[in-house]
Amino acid sequence: MPKLSPTMEEGQLSRWLKKEGDKVSMGEPLAEIDTDKATMEMQALGNGVLRKILIQDGESAPLGQLIAIIGEPDEDISSLLSQTETAQPAKASTPDKAPTQEETQAAPSPEPRAESKPKDEALAEGPPRDETNAGDSGGKGDKAGSAGGNGTQRARLIVSPLAARMAAESGIDLRSVSGSGPGGRIIKRDVLDLVAGKGPAPATAEDGQRTVVQQSPAEPSAFRDAPVSEMRRTIAKRLVTSLGPIPHFFLTTEIEMDRAAEMRAGINALDPELKISINDIIIKVAAAALRQHPQVNASFQDKVVRYYEHADIGVAVAIEDGLITPIVRSADQKSLSQIASEIRDLSGRARNRKLRPEEFIGATFSVSNLGMFGIDEFTAVINPPEGAILAIGAMAPKPVVRENEIVVRQMMRVTMSCDHRVIDGATGAKFLQTFKKILENPLFLVV
Amino acid sequence: MAVVTMREALNQALREEMLRDENVFLMGEEVAAYEGAYKVTKGLLAELGDKRVIDTPITELGFAGLGVGAAMAGLRPIIEFMTFNFSILATDQIINSAAKMLYMSGGQFKVPIVFRGPSGSAFQVSSQHSQAIESWFSYFPGLKVVMPSTPADAKGLLKSAIRDDDPVIFMEQERMYGNKGEVSDDVEFTIPLGVADIKREGTDATIVARSLMVPMALKAADVLEQQGVSCEVIDPRTIRPLDIETILKSVKKTNRVVIAEESHPYFGVSAEIGSQIMERAFDYLDASVRRVSGADVPMPYAKNLEELAIPGVDQIVAAVREVAYLD
Repeated sequence: MPKLSPTMEEGQLSRWLKKEGDKVSMGEPLAEIDTDKATMEMQALGNGVLRKILIQDGESAPLGQLIAIIGEPDEDISSLLSQTETAQPAKASTPDKAPTQEETQAAPSPEPRAESKPKDEALAEGPPRDETNAGDSGGKGDKAGSAGGNGTQRARLIVSPLAARMAAESGIDLRSVSGSGPGGRIIKRDVLDLVAGKGPAPATAEDGQRTVVQQSPAEPSAFRDAPVSEMRRTIAKRLVTSLGPIPHFFLTTEIEMDRAAEMRAGINALDPELKISINDIIIKVAAAALRQHPQVNASFQDKVVRYYEHADIGVAVAIEDGLITPIVRSADQKSLSQIASEIRDLSGRARNRKLRPEEFIGATFSVSNLGMFGIDEFTAVINPPEGAILAIGAMAPKPVVRENEIVVRQMMRVTMSCDHRVIDGATGAKFLQTFKKILENPLFLVV
Repeated sequence: MAVVTMREALNQALREEMLRDENVFLMGEEVAAYEGAYKVTKGLLAELGDKRVIDTPITELGFAGLGVGAAMAGLRPIIEFMTFNFSILATDQIINSAAKMLYMSGGQFKVPIVFRGPSGSAFQVSSQHSQAIESWFSYFPGLKVVMPSTPADAKGLLKSAIRDDDPVIFMEQERMYGNKGEVSDDVEFTIPLGVADIKREGTDATIVARSLMVPMALKAADVLEQQGVSCEVIDPRTIRPLDIETILKSVKKTNRVVIAEESHPYFGVSAEIGSQIMERAFDYLDASVRRVSGADVPMPYAKNLEELAIPGVDQIVAAVREVAYLD
């Protein structure tokens, strides 16, 4: 079972696209797998014949479990099969159990692994006996943990001191690592495997200077890293001790929406196909305001503050059993109709869990709208490492004072949650001021 | 270089140092006329005479005290205990006199004495005669404690111990007196105290072993090599002062440690080594430090039970596999 999303721990086999005996070639879709986030296509990593299917449609398997064997038509796969048979009962009944790395390696391999391994590989990967032993829960105290701790152990991270240090040094979030040690302990080889699999170390440039150039609007936004100043470092250090790991603060304003509603009605009257929603306009306006306030389109990255060139806006979409935030990339460069059709497509696929990881990972700013649920006003929780999120309440007619007269206007309350490590009160307030100005006078969008 | 037994290597060290320095003399039960209960002192009475090689009555506290006094007066006594089990009777002289004298006299009295003899298990000599009590002596500032595992180490370390100006506890292993190995015949061949020896280099796990456990650890490393695990075997050789730096360097390389010892687990040498590793190399550990120790019981007399009470190759292999997450 390959890792198809960054937080995936097990996958459910939605359906096989090949039958036993079918020829497969590299890159060809083999099966559809439901992960925690989406339904993904699993591709073959080599050429050969699908010799054996080991889990059926609808069954689940933890990361790394052998789920099928691809080999030459006449290759002897009996040793692989017998390994699986001894291991299978333990695995099938304990889906939460930490997978062994050996199988992660073995599963996508186009050839069955030979019994005898070179010496230097044996330690790194662990021999197949791991599985049979882990299922034997009546053993010594050390081992009881792996059988008894299923499910509950996820909450507490168990990690060897070395693995913790290695993860910290290569900027890996330990929550994304699955442990193969006793009781799910994350050990050296788990971190090494992840590092090997993920290529260059992630975004914590030691010198604090890094610039990434964007190739096309479809890609994640380009950014520039500015060194964290001493003052900024102190602010960061002090504030995290106050409210959770991210020091949130909240700014609320009320916005008159009559002109935005008028504009929406006008556009949709011109072309009913466009189906522009108020939310689409809000995204467009947020992107425009972010262009004017790059300090808000930013992320705290420990050693640097990262400022993004474009506004990749995450749009929170409620789905069954949870929520997901598909991203409108470079929303500041897209027309209202483009934004509208993209959001329609993304949220439709989000509900069917058909999003690809790059479509929901790596926004620079988020918008969450609970107006359709009649919520007047709320505060949203920042989606790290983004710097802010905008919470949109319901639009409703309200009496307001205009030129000393009480009049009725369509009012909407928005609350921005800011990460105080990158955004200060006045910075956030100025952004909201711009956001409000454009939304109240959408003509600014074309100025 | 010649291949000799541990017994012969010790005999060479005694003889060479007694010929080299007339202040060196040997005293103990049966060391002279009988040439030693384990024949370590063979030929010495004949060659060096009864002023230098002296039989004592069965009075450990007494002759240990005579030795301390002689050392304070400028001689270099070697006190043989027939086994270290009997040194228990002499601990007042060893701990209260020998270990403390330099300190309590403000540096006026050195005590250059060696207490030596076999320690640990033998073959079916039961509870009172099968004790590994190095942790007792290692506990006290003022004592040095040496435990060789090869004939060469035995000779080089014993010569250094005799030349050392501090009291040295030199623990041999009765089961190892017949072990053979290449030994230098250079009279100036010595091995410094306080320096560990890497008996075998490896990359995946470190086994710290001393005395009887060194050959066991090397055999375990052979077995593990067949299973694809490369073990580094480190013999501290001197328990106090302990060459922790060599151990730490190895741990930082392999990230996993097993400490093997013949003695009881409680409050033992392995506990001290394990503790220092955790204090100084915690961030390099990929698994908890694992000890393999003698059973926490008085040594049984019955042969089958005695075998079970002493750690062997299988236990070391199992422990390494555990810290390497193979089981």
